[in-house]
Amino acid sequence: MAGVTFREVRKIYAGGIEAVKGVSFAVPDGAFCVLVGPSGCGKSTLLRMVAGVETVTAGEIRIGERVVNDIEPAERDIAMVFQNYALYPHMTVYNNMAYGLRNRGVPKPEIDRLVREAARILEITELLKRKPRELSGGQRQRVAMGRAIVRQPKAFLFDEPLSNLDAKLRVSMRVEIKKLQRQFGTTSIYVTHDQLEAMTLADMLVVMNAGRIEQIGAPLEVYERPATTFVATFIGAPPMNLLRLAAAELSGLLGASAAVPPEGGILGVRPEDLVLAPAGARSDGGLALPLTVETVERVGPESFVYGRLARGGDVIVRIPGAAAPSFGEQAVAIAPRHKLHVFSADGSRRINS
Amino acid sequence: MQKRAVFGHRLLPYLLLAPQIAVTLVFFYWPASQAVWQSFLLQDAFGLSTRFVWFENYRALFSDPAYYNTIVVTFVFSAAVSALSLSIALLLAVMADKPLRGATAYRTLLIWPYAVAPAVAGVLWIFMFQPSLGILARGLRTLGVDWNPLLDGTHAMILVIMAAAWKQISYNFLFFLAGLQAIPKSVIEAAAIDGARPVRRFWTIVFPLLSPTTFFLLVVNIVYAFFDTFGIIDAMTGGGPSKATETLVYKVYQDGRLGGDLGGSAAQSVILMVIVIALTAVQFRYIERRVTY
Repeated sequence: MAGVTFREVRKIYAGGIEAVKGVSFAVPDGAFCVLVGPSGCGKSTLLRMVAGVETVTAGEIRIGERVVNDIEPAERDIAMVFQNYALYPHMTVYNNMAYGLRNRGVPKPEIDRLVREAARILEITELLKRKPRELSGGQRQRVAMGRAIVRQPKAFLFDEPLSNLDAKLRVSMRVEIKKLQRQFGTTSIYVTHDQLEAMTLADMLVVMNAGRIEQIGAPLEVYERPATTFVATFIGAPPMNLLRLAAAELSGLLGASAAVPPEGGILGVRPEDLVLAPAGARSDGGLALPLTVETVERVGPESFVYGRLARGGDVIVRIPGAAAPSFGEQAVAIAPRHKLHVFSADGSRRINS
Repeated sequence: MQKRAVFGHRLLPYLLLAPQIAVTLVFFYWPASQAVWQSFLLQDAFGLSTRFVWFENYRALFSDPAYYNTIVVTFVFSAAVSALSLSIALLLAVMADKPLRGATAYRTLLIWPYAVAPAVAGVLWIFMFQPSLGILARGLRTLGVDWNPLLDGTHAMILVIMAAAWKQISYNFLFFLAGLQAIPKSVIEAAAIDGARPVRRFWTIVFPLLSPTTFFLLVVNIVYAFFDTFGIIDAMTGGGPSKATETLVYKVYQDGRLGGDLGGSAAQSVILMVIVIALTAVQFRYIERRVTY
């Protein structure tokens, strides 16, 4: 087992497209690191560079102490779970799992023991004689996992492994992956565009956008203190409300002691931090936004109120239960001061602590 | 999953099939049955009278050692042509499948030989290997090989095999390339991560996944070597020297068209037909079973 370290890693494709623009961070030994971002942000490219199926244009990737830039994937001692599982279609489940061990010259009885052990853990023992095409999506996913864990590699790499599963299976596999990773304690890097998956799985969350890292931190830390407006809107659903405010308005809200840039800034508040009060209500020193209700989405335990602000712009308020106001009603969305997020005018920096 | 078409009118499906059936009847079953009928007939030397002789033509054929020689020649020739053209085409396709600069130009160039007519291909190879004029024949001579396909049966055989294989490489290449590109990239990447080096990856992953293509091409190539190489053999060696390159198809032509033995020739073509049907059936029954996935 080993950590994975990135130093100024860059990837420029043959067409001149820069997919990864100089990324540095370290995944500690045994950590579960999730790379999250919209499609095209470079997260998969980064993962594939760790696997060795994509070359590194510049910079350095280390697995443990070893720089792996020019090392064959076979020599890196990692395992990868692909989005489409990439099972060998002509081999049985048993052989799919045994393939990596055979390539490494593990003796036959040992292979048999390891494959059966992995199959037992994943509860796929009765599938060992089947071919991949005879399996359901969830079973294939398990076999792909089995192929990864059977070798006991230095690191697991996951490339959106759950995105081909239906919603219910995705949740149960998510729990299972986390459990397995805990059990093995193997360093894992997991790529996803699903922020919920990212939040629930990660020990360490890396939010990427357009080839750069926007923020690194523990999931809750990222949720509570997003470093940029991109992270603020990407992590959390529905996304954080953002309002562009002038400097005077901002200092009025945050108090005179706060350092507010002269060009103003962007105020962020999460839908779940807002409370809906009757029209005319006021907030003590916090935020109060008069609005007209436009749409309400009731999902059962909670409802999302979409409102049009009196000052212009839209806002989403999340309220518990289904007792939401109806269309056209006037209301005020209120949030206490300590729930507010303030960013620089270009959204690239967080201003309040 | 199978889809069933539903036709509004009972006659419509038959009507739609009619042209295909008509073509098959006129151009296949009719001549084939003619050949079968003809193989039971014997004509006199001047073509004035015809006699029904039952299996006399077949009996004559199988008591002729030259015929067995032709069978051996045909099998050697077909096996060599198929093996050579398949393996070279596979090698080229594997090379062309790599992300190369100018890959499209390279691929296009590899496809061209297929457009060359068999006789032209034959003439090209004759020129190159003509003992006294050919540029490659000269090269061989300087290497100390007493190259002479006009007199040496083995040399002639090598020459027709090369020409016939060369002609078929393009076709095989196209199918192999398409087959290679149909293999999901992630499967090969998974194998690489699983610790398989390129050569092992090829034999344990790529080659088995390519087996449906290979199997299809094997059938096509054997049929090609049996029948479509007629033009090449005719242009290059005319079956010689001393029948060293006379394949079954060429002998049908030689005996029937040049020798005037219509009955014997027809008997040969019937045997040929049986061989091809048997070959195809065997291939589909036994080899396809081992074609995985």
